[in-house]
Amino acid sequence: MQDARALAWPSGVLRRGLGTNLLVPGLFLTYLSVIVLLPLAAVVASAKTAGSGALWHAMASPAAKAALGLSLGSSIVVALINAIMGTIIAWMLVRDSFRGKAAVNAVIDLPFALPTIVAGLVLLALYGHDSPFGVNVAYTRAGILLALLFVTLPFIVRSVQPVLIEVDREMEEAAESLGAGRWSIFTRIILPSLLPAIISGAALSFARAVGEFGSLVLISGNIPFKTQVASVYIFGQIESGDLAGAAATSTLLLLLSFTVLFGLRALNWVQSREA
Amino acid sequence: MRLTGYNLVKPDIFPRVVGLGYLGMLLFLPIAAIFWRTFEHGVAPVIAALSAPEAVHALWLTLLIVAIAVPLNTVFGILGALTLTRGWPPLRSLLDIVIDVPFAISPVVVGLALLLVYGRMGWFGGWLADHGIRVIFALPGMVLATIFVGLPFVIREVAPVLREVGLEQEQAAETLGASPWQTFIRITLPCVRWGLGYGVVLTSARALGEFGAVSVVAGHIAGVSQTLTLYVDDRFQSFDMTGAYAASIVLAMLALATLLLMNRLVDRERNYEH
Repeated sequence: MQDARALAWPSGVLRRGLGTNLLVPGLFLTYLSVIVLLPLAAVVASAKTAGSGALWHAMASPAAKAALGLSLGSSIVVALINAIMGTIIAWMLVRDSFRGKAAVNAVIDLPFALPTIVAGLVLLALYGHDSPFGVNVAYTRAGILLALLFVTLPFIVRSVQPVLIEVDREMEEAAESLGAGRWSIFTRIILPSLLPAIISGAALSFARAVGEFGSLVLISGNIPFKTQVASVYIFGQIESGDLAGAAATSTLLLLLSFTVLFGLRALNWVQSREA
Repeated sequence: MRLTGYNLVKPDIFPRVVGLGYLGMLLFLPIAAIFWRTFEHGVAPVIAALSAPEAVHALWLTLLIVAIAVPLNTVFGILGALTLTRGWPPLRSLLDIVIDVPFAISPVVVGLALLLVYGRMGWFGGWLADHGIRVIFALPGMVLATIFVGLPFVIREVAPVLREVGLEQEQAAETLGASPWQTFIRITLPCVRWGLGYGVVLTSARALGEFGAVSVVAGHIAGVSQTLTLYVDDRFQSFDMTGAYAASIVLAMLALATLLLMNRLVDRERNYEH
Protein backbone atom coordinates (compact mmCIF):
# COMPACT_ATOMS: atom_id res chain seq x y z
CA MET A 1 0.00 0.00 0.00
CA GLN A 2 2.69 2.41 1.07
CA ASP A 3 4.85 1.41 -1.89
CA ALA A 4 2.05 1.73 -4.39
CA ARG A 5 1.32 5.27 -3.24
CA ALA A 6 4.95 6.26 -3.33
CA LEU A 7 5.29 4.89 -6.86
CA ALA A 8 2.24 6.68 -8.13
CA TRP A 9 3.07 10.08 -6.60
CA PRO A 10 6.79 10.40 -6.38
CA SER A 11 6.84 14.17 -6.11
CA GLY A 12 3.37 15.13 -4.91
CA VAL A 13 3.15 18.00 -2.46
CA LEU A 14 0.51 16.08 -0.61
CA ARG A 15 2.41 12.91 -0.01
CA ARG A 16 2.99 13.91 3.57
CA GLY A 17 0.01 16.24 3.70
CA LEU A 18 -0.59 19.91 3.11
CA GLY A 19 1.86 22.04 5.00
CA THR A 20 4.94 19.93 4.41
CA ASN A 21 6.08 21.95 1.41
CA LEU A 22 8.06 25.14 1.82
CA LEU A 23 5.30 27.58 0.92
CA VAL A 24 3.05 27.16 3.97
CA PRO A 25 5.74 27.35 6.68
CA GLY A 26 7.52 30.08 4.75
CA LEU A 27 4.47 32.33 4.59
CA PHE A 28 3.60 31.70 8.21
CA LEU A 29 7.10 32.29 9.53
CA THR A 30 7.33 35.57 7.62
CA TYR A 31 4.05 36.71 9.21
CA LEU A 32 5.18 35.60 12.68
CA SER A 33 8.55 37.32 12.30
CA VAL A 34 7.25 40.65 11.05
CA ILE A 35 4.55 40.93 13.70
CA VAL A 36 5.85 39.06 16.75
CA LEU A 37 9.49 37.98 16.65
CA LEU A 38 11.16 41.08 15.22
CA PRO A 39 9.39 43.49 17.60
CA LEU A 40 10.23 41.30 20.60
CA ALA A 41 13.85 41.15 19.52
CA ALA A 42 13.77 44.95 19.36
CA VAL A 43 12.70 45.12 23.02
CA VAL A 44 15.56 42.93 24.20
CA ALA A 45 18.03 44.63 21.84
CA SER A 46 17.20 48.13 22.97
CA ALA A 47 17.34 47.07 26.61
CA LYS A 48 20.87 45.87 25.82
CA THR A 49 22.02 48.87 23.79
CA ALA A 50 20.73 51.23 26.44
CA GLY A 51 23.99 50.41 28.17
CA SER A 52 25.24 47.31 29.90
CA GLY A 53 23.98 48.64 33.19
CA ALA A 54 20.49 49.53 31.92
CA LEU A 55 18.88 46.36 33.24
CA TRP A 56 20.49 46.90 36.62
CA HIS A 57 19.56 50.53 36.50
CA ALA A 58 15.95 49.57 35.77
CA MET A 59 15.99 47.23 38.72
CA ALA A 60 17.80 49.69 40.93
CA SER A 61 15.28 52.47 40.35
CA PRO A 62 13.15 52.37 43.50
CA ALA A 63 9.89 53.01 41.61
CA ALA A 64 10.60 50.23 39.10
CA LYS A 65 11.58 47.85 41.87
CA ALA A 66 8.39 48.63 43.77
CA ALA A 67 6.24 48.21 40.63
CA LEU A 68 7.82 44.89 39.65
CA GLY A 69 7.62 43.71 43.25
CA LEU A 70 3.94 44.59 43.48
CA SER A 71 3.16 42.78 40.21
CA LEU A 72 5.13 39.73 41.31
CA GLY A 73 3.62 39.63 44.79
CA SER A 74 0.01 40.19 43.78
CA SER A 75 0.32 37.64 40.95
CA ILE A 76 1.54 34.99 43.38
CA VAL A 77 -1.34 35.74 45.77
CA VAL A 78 -3.81 35.63 42.87
CA ALA A 79 -2.43 32.30 41.63
CA LEU A 80 -2.82 30.82 45.15
CA ILE A 81 -6.38 32.12 45.66
CA ASN A 82 -7.29 30.85 42.19
CA ALA A 83 -5.83 27.44 42.98
CA ILE A 84 -8.27 27.08 45.88
CA MET A 85 -11.33 28.86 44.53
CA GLY A 86 -10.90 27.53 41.00
CA THR A 87 -10.79 23.96 42.29
CA ILE A 88 -13.88 24.51 44.43
CA ILE A 89 -15.78 26.01 41.47
CA ALA A 90 -14.67 23.20 39.15
CA TRP A 91 -15.82 20.69 41.77
CA MET A 92 -19.19 22.40 42.06
CA LEU A 93 -19.61 22.36 38.28
CA VAL A 94 -18.72 18.66 37.95
CA ARG A 95 -19.94 16.93 41.10
CA ASP A 96 -22.83 19.07 42.24
CA SER A 97 -26.14 19.54 40.52
CA PHE A 98 -28.49 22.46 40.98
CA ARG A 99 -30.81 24.63 38.94
CA GLY A 100 -29.01 26.99 36.62
CA LYS A 101 -25.73 25.07 36.69
CA ALA A 102 -25.46 25.14 32.89
CA ALA A 103 -25.82 28.92 32.91
CA VAL A 104 -23.17 29.29 35.63
CA ASN A 105 -20.89 27.03 33.60
CA ALA A 106 -21.37 29.16 30.50
CA VAL A 107 -20.71 32.44 32.31
CA ILE A 108 -17.37 31.30 33.77
CA ASP A 109 -15.64 32.32 30.51
CA LEU A 110 -17.06 35.85 30.59
CA PRO A 111 -13.85 37.38 32.03
CA PHE A 112 -12.00 36.13 28.94
CA ALA A 113 -14.60 37.54 26.56
CA LEU A 114 -15.04 40.88 28.32
CA PRO A 115 -12.60 43.65 27.32
CA THR A 116 -10.19 44.31 30.19
CA ILE A 117 -11.03 48.01 30.42
CA VAL A 118 -14.70 47.04 30.86
CA ALA A 119 -13.68 44.52 33.54
CA GLY A 120 -12.11 47.38 35.52
CA LEU A 121 -15.21 49.51 35.11
CA VAL A 122 -17.52 46.62 36.04
CA LEU A 123 -15.69 46.16 39.34
CA LEU A 124 -15.69 49.90 40.04
CA ALA A 125 -19.44 50.00 39.44
CA LEU A 126 -19.90 47.81 42.53
CA TYR A 127 -16.75 48.35 44.58
CA GLY A 128 -15.93 51.95 43.61
CA HIS A 129 -16.29 55.21 45.53
CA ASP A 130 -20.10 55.11 45.55
CA SER A 131 -20.39 51.40 46.25
CA PRO A 132 -23.82 50.32 47.53
CA PHE A 133 -21.98 48.03 50.00
CA GLY A 134 -19.76 50.86 51.19
CA VAL A 135 -16.71 48.90 50.01
CA ASN A 136 -14.34 51.17 48.12
CA VAL A 137 -11.32 49.39 46.65
CA ALA A 138 -10.41 52.07 44.08
CA TYR A 139 -6.72 53.03 44.29
CA THR A 140 -5.93 50.25 46.76
CA ARG A 141 -3.98 47.03 46.55
CA ALA A 142 -7.17 45.13 47.37
CA GLY A 143 -8.60 46.61 44.17
CA ILE A 144 -5.64 45.30 42.21
CA LEU A 145 -6.14 41.82 43.64
CA LEU A 146 -9.86 41.95 42.85
CA ALA A 147 -9.24 42.96 39.23
CA LEU A 148 -6.59 40.27 38.77
CA LEU A 149 -8.87 37.62 40.31
CA PHE A 150 -11.61 38.68 37.89
CA VAL A 151 -9.55 38.45 34.71
CA THR A 152 -7.86 35.14 35.67
CA LEU A 153 -10.99 33.39 37.02
CA PRO A 154 -11.43 30.87 34.15
CA PHE A 155 -7.86 29.49 34.04
CA ILE A 156 -7.96 26.95 36.88
CA VAL A 157 -11.68 26.18 36.58
CA ARG A 158 -11.20 25.27 32.91
CA SER A 159 -8.03 23.25 33.46
CA VAL A 160 -9.37 21.27 36.46
CA GLN A 161 -12.90 20.64 35.14
CA PRO A 162 -12.04 18.13 32.37
CA VAL A 163 -9.67 16.22 34.66
CA LEU A 164 -12.31 15.99 37.38
CA ILE A 165 -14.82 14.61 34.86
CA GLU A 166 -12.39 11.83 33.93
CA VAL A 167 -11.49 10.88 37.54
CA ASP A 168 -12.40 7.29 38.32
CA ARG A 169 -15.09 7.24 41.01
CA GLU A 170 -14.50 3.63 42.00
CA MET A 171 -11.36 4.47 43.95
CA GLU A 172 -13.35 6.96 46.00
CA GLU A 173 -16.10 4.44 46.63
CA ALA A 174 -13.55 1.84 47.66
CA ALA A 175 -11.91 4.29 50.05
CA GLU A 176 -15.29 5.20 51.47
CA SER A 177 -16.25 1.59 52.04
CA LEU A 178 -12.97 1.16 53.90
CA GLY A 179 -14.05 3.95 56.21
CA ALA A 180 -12.11 6.94 54.86
CA GLY A 181 -13.57 10.34 55.66
CA ARG A 182 -14.45 12.87 52.97
CA TRP A 183 -11.45 15.04 53.62
CA SER A 184 -8.99 12.17 53.43
CA ILE A 185 -10.69 10.89 50.26
CA PHE A 186 -10.25 14.33 48.73
CA THR A 187 -6.67 14.93 49.79
CA ARG A 188 -5.36 11.41 49.22
CA ILE A 189 -7.25 10.22 46.17
CA ILE A 190 -8.70 13.12 44.22
CA LEU A 191 -6.23 15.93 44.83
CA PRO A 192 -3.14 14.07 43.54
CA SER A 193 -4.79 13.54 40.17
CA LEU A 194 -5.95 17.16 39.99
CA LEU A 195 -2.62 18.65 41.00
CA PRO A 196 -1.01 18.89 37.53
CA ALA A 197 -4.08 20.72 36.20
CA ILE A 198 -4.15 23.02 39.23
CA ILE A 199 -0.46 23.85 38.81
CA SER A 200 -0.72 24.54 35.10
CA GLY A 201 -3.81 26.72 35.60
CA ALA A 202 -2.07 28.58 38.43
CA ALA A 203 0.97 29.21 36.23
CA LEU A 204 -1.24 30.58 33.45
CA SER A 205 -3.01 32.85 35.97
CA PHE A 206 0.35 34.06 37.20
CA ALA A 207 1.66 34.83 33.70
CA ARG A 208 -1.53 36.68 32.85
CA ALA A 209 -1.64 38.61 36.13
CA VAL A 210 1.99 39.71 36.11
CA GLY A 211 1.55 41.63 32.85
CA GLU A 212 -2.08 42.68 33.25
CA PHE A 213 -2.83 46.25 32.22
CA GLY A 214 -6.34 47.07 30.99
CA SER A 215 -8.33 46.05 34.06
CA LEU A 216 -5.87 47.83 36.38
CA VAL A 217 -5.71 51.20 34.61
CA LEU A 218 -8.92 52.53 36.14
CA ILE A 219 -8.88 50.67 39.44
CA SER A 220 -5.25 50.95 40.58
CA GLY A 221 -4.89 54.73 40.47
CA ASN A 222 -1.19 54.36 39.61
CA ILE A 223 0.19 55.65 42.93
CA PRO A 224 3.98 55.08 42.91
CA PHE A 225 5.21 52.68 45.64
CA LYS A 226 1.63 51.86 46.56
CA THR A 227 -0.57 50.79 43.66
CA GLN A 228 1.69 51.19 40.63
CA VAL A 229 2.06 47.81 38.90
CA ALA A 230 4.78 46.97 36.38
CA SER A 231 2.69 47.31 33.22
CA VAL A 232 1.33 50.72 34.22
CA TYR A 233 4.84 51.81 35.20
CA ILE A 234 6.14 50.79 31.74
CA PHE A 235 3.26 52.65 30.11
CA GLY A 236 4.35 55.77 32.01
CA GLN A 237 7.94 55.32 30.83
CA ILE A 238 6.74 55.09 27.20
CA GLU A 239 4.54 58.17 27.58
CA SER A 240 7.47 60.20 28.93
CA GLY A 241 9.62 59.10 25.98
CA ASP A 242 11.99 56.85 27.93
CA LEU A 243 11.82 53.95 25.49
CA ALA A 244 15.14 52.45 26.57
CA GLY A 245 14.07 52.41 30.20
CA ALA A 246 10.70 50.94 29.20
CA ALA A 247 12.53 48.24 27.23
CA ALA A 248 14.70 47.41 30.24
CA THR A 249 11.72 47.09 32.61
CA SER A 250 9.83 45.11 29.94
CA THR A 251 12.71 42.68 29.59
CA LEU A 252 12.59 42.00 33.32
CA LEU A 253 8.82 41.48 33.13
CA LEU A 254 9.25 39.14 30.15
CA LEU A 255 11.85 37.16 32.10
CA LEU A 256 9.36 36.74 34.97
CA SER A 257 6.49 35.42 32.85
CA PHE A 258 8.69 33.28 30.59
CA THR A 259 10.38 31.65 33.58
CA VAL A 260 6.99 30.56 34.86
CA LEU A 261 5.69 29.38 31.47
CA PHE A 262 8.85 27.47 30.55
CA GLY A 263 9.06 26.08 34.06
CA LEU A 264 5.54 24.76 33.51
CA ARG A 265 6.52 23.25 30.15
CA ALA A 266 9.48 21.52 31.78
CA LEU A 267 7.26 20.23 34.59
CA ASN A 268 4.75 18.81 32.11
CA TRP A 269 7.55 17.23 30.14
CA VAL A 270 9.06 15.57 33.21
CA GLN A 271 5.62 14.31 34.25
CA SER A 272 4.82 12.88 30.82
CA ARG A 273 8.17 11.08 30.85
CA GLU A 274 7.44 9.61 34.26
CA ALA A 275 4.01 8.46 33.21
CA MET B 1 -27.45 2.57 38.87
CA ARG B 2 -25.00 3.14 41.66
CA LEU B 3 -26.24 3.62 45.17
CA THR B 4 -22.88 4.06 46.84
CA GLY B 5 -20.73 7.15 46.48
CA TYR B 6 -20.52 9.42 49.43
CA ASN B 7 -21.73 12.56 47.76
CA LEU B 8 -24.73 10.79 46.31
CA VAL B 9 -25.76 9.67 49.77
CA LYS B 10 -25.07 12.99 51.41
CA PRO B 11 -24.86 15.88 48.96
CA ASP B 12 -22.06 18.20 49.96
CA ILE B 13 -23.27 21.76 50.22
CA PHE B 14 -19.89 23.35 50.96
CA PRO B 15 -18.49 23.78 47.41
CA ARG B 16 -21.82 25.09 46.16
CA VAL B 17 -22.12 27.77 48.85
CA VAL B 18 -18.49 28.86 48.61
CA GLY B 19 -18.33 28.62 44.80
CA LEU B 20 -21.55 30.47 44.11
CA GLY B 21 -20.77 33.03 46.81
CA TYR B 22 -17.39 33.74 45.28
CA LEU B 23 -18.77 33.92 41.72
CA GLY B 24 -21.57 36.17 42.95
CA MET B 25 -19.24 38.68 44.58
CA LEU B 26 -16.65 38.61 41.80
CA LEU B 27 -18.71 38.14 38.67
CA PHE B 28 -22.52 38.19 38.86
CA LEU B 29 -23.11 41.19 41.12
CA PRO B 30 -20.54 43.48 39.43
CA ILE B 31 -21.99 42.63 35.99
CA ALA B 32 -25.49 43.35 37.28
CA ALA B 33 -24.18 46.58 38.82
CA ILE B 34 -22.82 47.92 35.56
CA PHE B 35 -26.14 47.28 33.79
CA TRP B 36 -27.99 48.94 36.64
CA ARG B 37 -25.68 51.98 36.67
CA THR B 38 -25.88 52.36 32.90
CA PHE B 39 -29.67 52.37 32.78
CA GLU B 40 -30.16 54.05 36.18
CA HIS B 41 -31.62 57.15 34.49
CA GLY B 42 -33.38 55.34 31.66
CA VAL B 43 -32.43 54.47 28.12
CA ALA B 44 -32.42 58.00 26.66
CA PRO B 45 -29.07 59.21 28.13
CA VAL B 46 -27.44 55.97 26.99
CA ILE B 47 -28.66 56.42 23.43
CA ALA B 48 -27.58 60.07 23.48
CA ALA B 49 -24.13 59.08 24.73
CA LEU B 50 -23.78 56.43 22.04
CA SER B 51 -24.84 58.87 19.30
CA ALA B 52 -21.93 61.21 20.05
CA PRO B 53 -19.80 61.44 16.88
CA GLU B 54 -16.68 60.28 18.79
CA ALA B 55 -18.53 57.21 20.09
CA VAL B 56 -19.84 56.30 16.64
CA HIS B 57 -16.40 56.78 15.13
CA ALA B 58 -14.80 54.67 17.85
CA LEU B 59 -17.23 51.83 17.14
CA TRP B 60 -16.55 51.97 13.39
CA LEU B 61 -12.80 52.08 13.92
CA THR B 62 -13.01 49.06 16.22
CA LEU B 63 -15.07 47.14 13.65
CA LEU B 64 -12.65 48.14 10.88
CA ILE B 65 -9.67 46.86 12.86
CA VAL B 66 -11.53 43.60 13.58
CA ALA B 67 -12.38 43.30 9.87
CA ILE B 68 -8.70 43.53 8.92
CA ALA B 69 -7.02 41.68 11.80
CA VAL B 70 -9.35 38.70 12.16
CA PRO B 71 -9.27 37.47 8.50
CA LEU B 72 -5.47 37.84 8.46
CA ASN B 73 -5.11 35.89 11.70
CA THR B 74 -7.53 33.27 10.35
CA VAL B 75 -5.65 32.65 7.09
CA PHE B 76 -2.21 32.74 8.66
CA GLY B 77 -3.54 30.80 11.65
CA ILE B 78 -4.46 27.91 9.36
CA LEU B 79 -0.99 28.09 7.77
CA GLY B 80 0.47 28.17 11.28
CA ALA B 81 -1.55 25.14 12.38
CA LEU B 82 -0.42 23.21 9.29
CA THR B 83 3.19 24.15 10.01
CA LEU B 84 2.81 23.22 13.67
CA THR B 85 1.36 19.78 12.95
CA ARG B 86 3.12 18.76 9.75
CA GLY B 87 6.19 20.92 9.29
CA TRP B 88 9.83 20.06 9.73
CA PRO B 89 9.99 18.39 13.20
CA PRO B 90 12.65 20.65 14.83
CA LEU B 91 10.70 23.69 13.63
CA ARG B 92 7.55 22.18 15.13
CA SER B 93 8.95 21.87 18.64
CA LEU B 94 10.36 25.40 18.47
CA LEU B 95 7.04 26.80 17.21
CA ASP B 96 5.17 24.97 19.94
CA ILE B 97 6.91 27.20 22.47
CA VAL B 98 6.97 30.41 20.40
CA ILE B 99 3.27 30.31 19.45
CA ASP B 100 2.10 31.00 23.01
CA VAL B 101 4.43 33.96 23.49
CA PRO B 102 1.75 36.58 22.66
CA PHE B 103 -0.35 35.17 25.54
CA ALA B 104 2.51 35.51 28.01
CA ILE B 105 3.38 39.12 27.22
CA SER B 106 1.94 42.21 28.83
CA PRO B 107 -0.10 44.19 26.27
CA VAL B 108 1.98 47.26 27.09
CA VAL B 109 5.14 45.39 26.13
CA VAL B 110 3.47 44.40 22.84
CA GLY B 111 2.85 48.07 22.10
CA LEU B 112 6.40 49.00 23.08
CA ALA B 113 7.81 46.24 20.85
CA LEU B 114 5.93 47.58 17.82
CA LEU B 115 7.04 51.12 18.69
CA LEU B 116 10.69 50.03 18.72
CA VAL B 117 10.43 48.53 15.23
CA TYR B 118 7.90 50.68 13.38
CA GLY B 119 8.01 53.93 15.40
CA ARG B 120 9.82 57.13 14.43
CA MET B 121 12.96 56.11 16.31
CA GLY B 122 12.49 52.42 15.53
CA TRP B 123 14.43 50.01 13.35
CA PHE B 124 12.31 50.64 10.24
CA GLY B 125 11.17 54.10 11.35
CA GLY B 126 13.51 56.03 9.06
CA TRP B 127 12.73 53.96 5.99
CA LEU B 128 8.97 54.16 6.62
CA ALA B 129 9.11 57.92 7.14
CA ASP B 130 11.10 58.38 3.92
CA HIS B 131 8.38 56.57 2.02
CA GLY B 132 5.63 58.50 3.73
CA ILE B 133 4.20 55.44 5.49
CA ARG B 134 2.81 56.04 8.94
CA VAL B 135 2.41 52.93 11.08
CA ILE B 136 2.57 54.09 14.68
CA PHE B 137 -0.13 56.52 15.85
CA ALA B 138 -2.15 55.39 12.82
CA LEU B 139 -4.40 52.53 11.71
CA PRO B 140 -1.62 50.12 10.58
CA GLY B 141 -0.04 50.18 14.04
CA MET B 142 -3.38 49.51 15.75
CA VAL B 143 -4.01 46.62 13.36
CA LEU B 144 -0.50 45.20 13.99
CA ALA B 145 -1.09 45.36 17.75
CA THR B 146 -4.45 43.61 17.39
CA ILE B 147 -2.95 40.90 15.19
CA PHE B 148 -0.10 40.35 17.66
CA VAL B 149 -2.32 39.72 20.68
CA GLY B 150 -4.76 37.46 18.79
CA LEU B 151 -2.29 35.44 16.73
CA PRO B 152 -2.26 32.17 18.72
CA PHE B 153 -6.03 31.52 18.99
CA VAL B 154 -6.76 29.98 15.56
CA ILE B 155 -3.51 28.00 15.60
CA ARG B 156 -4.22 26.58 19.06
CA GLU B 157 -7.79 25.58 18.13
CA VAL B 158 -7.06 24.15 14.66
CA ALA B 159 -3.79 22.30 15.33
CA PRO B 160 -5.25 19.61 17.65
CA VAL B 161 -8.05 18.90 15.16
CA LEU B 162 -5.56 18.54 12.31
CA ARG B 163 -3.51 16.18 14.44
CA GLU B 164 -6.54 14.06 15.25
CA VAL B 165 -7.91 13.93 11.70
CA GLY B 166 -4.60 12.77 10.28
CA LEU B 167 -3.67 12.52 6.63
CA GLU B 168 -5.69 9.56 5.34
CA GLN B 169 -8.58 11.53 3.85
CA GLU B 170 -6.25 14.02 2.20
CA GLN B 171 -4.20 11.21 0.78
CA ALA B 172 -7.32 9.50 -0.52
CA ALA B 173 -8.37 12.72 -2.25
CA GLU B 174 -4.94 13.00 -3.77
CA THR B 175 -5.08 9.41 -4.98
CA LEU B 176 -8.29 10.31 -6.76
CA GLY B 177 -6.53 13.14 -8.55
CA ALA B 178 -7.43 16.19 -6.48
CA SER B 179 -5.07 19.17 -6.59
CA PRO B 180 -3.62 20.45 -3.28
CA TRP B 181 -5.99 23.43 -3.37
CA GLN B 182 -9.03 21.19 -4.01
CA THR B 183 -7.93 18.89 -1.20
CA PHE B 184 -7.60 21.83 1.14
CA ILE B 185 -11.01 23.32 0.29
CA ARG B 186 -12.96 20.07 0.19
CA ILE B 187 -11.24 17.89 2.78
CA THR B 188 -9.03 19.80 5.22
CA LEU B 189 -11.22 22.87 5.75
CA PRO B 190 -14.48 20.96 6.40
CA CYS B 191 -12.63 18.72 8.89
CA VAL B 192 -11.42 21.62 10.99
CA ARG B 193 -14.47 23.87 10.64
CA TRP B 194 -15.72 23.83 14.25
CA GLY B 195 -12.26 24.29 15.73
CA LEU B 196 -11.62 27.04 13.21
CA GLY B 197 -14.94 28.71 14.06
CA TYR B 198 -14.10 28.62 17.77
CA GLY B 199 -10.67 30.09 17.07
CA VAL B 200 -12.17 32.88 14.94
CA VAL B 201 -14.66 33.77 17.68
CA LEU B 202 -11.88 33.94 20.28
CA THR B 203 -9.74 36.06 17.94
CA SER B 204 -12.66 38.43 17.31
CA ALA B 205 -13.40 38.81 21.02
CA ARG B 206 -9.78 39.63 21.72
CA ALA B 207 -9.63 42.05 18.78
CA LEU B 208 -12.79 43.87 19.89
CA GLY B 209 -11.57 44.24 23.44
CA GLU B 210 -7.85 44.88 23.10
CA PHE B 211 -6.81 47.90 25.09
CA GLY B 212 -3.21 48.00 26.32
CA ALA B 213 -1.31 47.23 23.12
CA VAL B 214 -3.54 49.46 20.99
CA SER B 215 -3.34 52.19 23.62
CA VAL B 216 0.46 52.41 23.23
CA VAL B 217 0.49 52.64 19.43
CA ALA B 218 -2.70 54.69 18.94
CA GLY B 219 -2.58 58.46 18.87
CA HIS B 220 -5.51 58.80 21.31
CA ILE B 221 -7.13 61.48 19.18
CA ALA B 222 -10.89 61.40 19.75
CA GLY B 223 -12.76 60.85 16.51
CA VAL B 224 -9.56 59.82 14.70
CA SER B 225 -7.53 57.07 16.35
CA GLN B 226 -9.73 56.04 19.24
CA THR B 227 -11.17 52.53 19.41
CA LEU B 228 -14.16 51.73 21.60
CA THR B 229 -12.01 50.49 24.51
CA LEU B 230 -9.85 53.63 24.32
CA TYR B 231 -13.05 55.67 24.23
CA VAL B 232 -14.23 54.03 27.50
CA ASP B 233 -10.95 55.02 29.14
CA ASP B 234 -11.14 58.56 27.72
CA ARG B 235 -14.72 59.10 28.96
CA PHE B 236 -13.84 57.72 32.42
CA GLN B 237 -10.79 60.00 32.71
CA SER B 238 -12.94 63.01 31.75
CA PHE B 239 -15.51 62.07 34.43
CA ASP B 240 -18.21 61.38 31.83
CA MET B 241 -19.51 58.25 33.50
CA THR B 242 -22.62 58.04 31.30
CA GLY B 243 -20.42 57.90 28.21
CA ALA B 244 -18.04 55.37 29.80
CA TYR B 245 -20.87 53.09 30.94
CA ALA B 246 -22.74 53.33 27.63
CA ALA B 247 -19.69 52.34 25.56
CA SER B 248 -18.90 49.59 28.09
CA ILE B 249 -22.37 48.15 27.71
CA VAL B 250 -21.88 47.89 23.94
CA LEU B 251 -18.61 46.03 24.53
CA ALA B 252 -20.21 43.85 27.22
CA MET B 253 -23.07 42.90 24.88
CA LEU B 254 -20.54 41.98 22.18
CA ALA B 255 -18.72 39.85 24.77
CA LEU B 256 -21.96 38.11 25.76
CA ALA B 257 -22.71 37.41 22.09
CA THR B 258 -19.23 35.94 21.75
CA LEU B 259 -19.84 33.74 24.76
CA LEU B 260 -23.14 32.42 23.36
CA LEU B 261 -21.45 31.68 20.04
CA MET B 262 -18.60 29.87 21.82
CA ASN B 263 -21.06 27.66 23.68
CA ARG B 264 -22.97 26.91 20.48
CA LEU B 265 -19.76 25.94 18.70
CA VAL B 266 -18.67 23.67 21.54
CA ASP B 267 -22.06 21.94 21.44
CA ARG B 268 -21.85 21.51 17.68
CA GLU B 269 -18.37 20.07 17.96
CA ARG B 270 -19.56 17.60 20.57
CA ASN B 271 -22.56 16.53 18.49
CA TYR B 272 -20.35 16.23 15.46
CA GLU B 273 -17.89 13.98 17.26
CA HIS B 274 -20.40 11.54 18.69
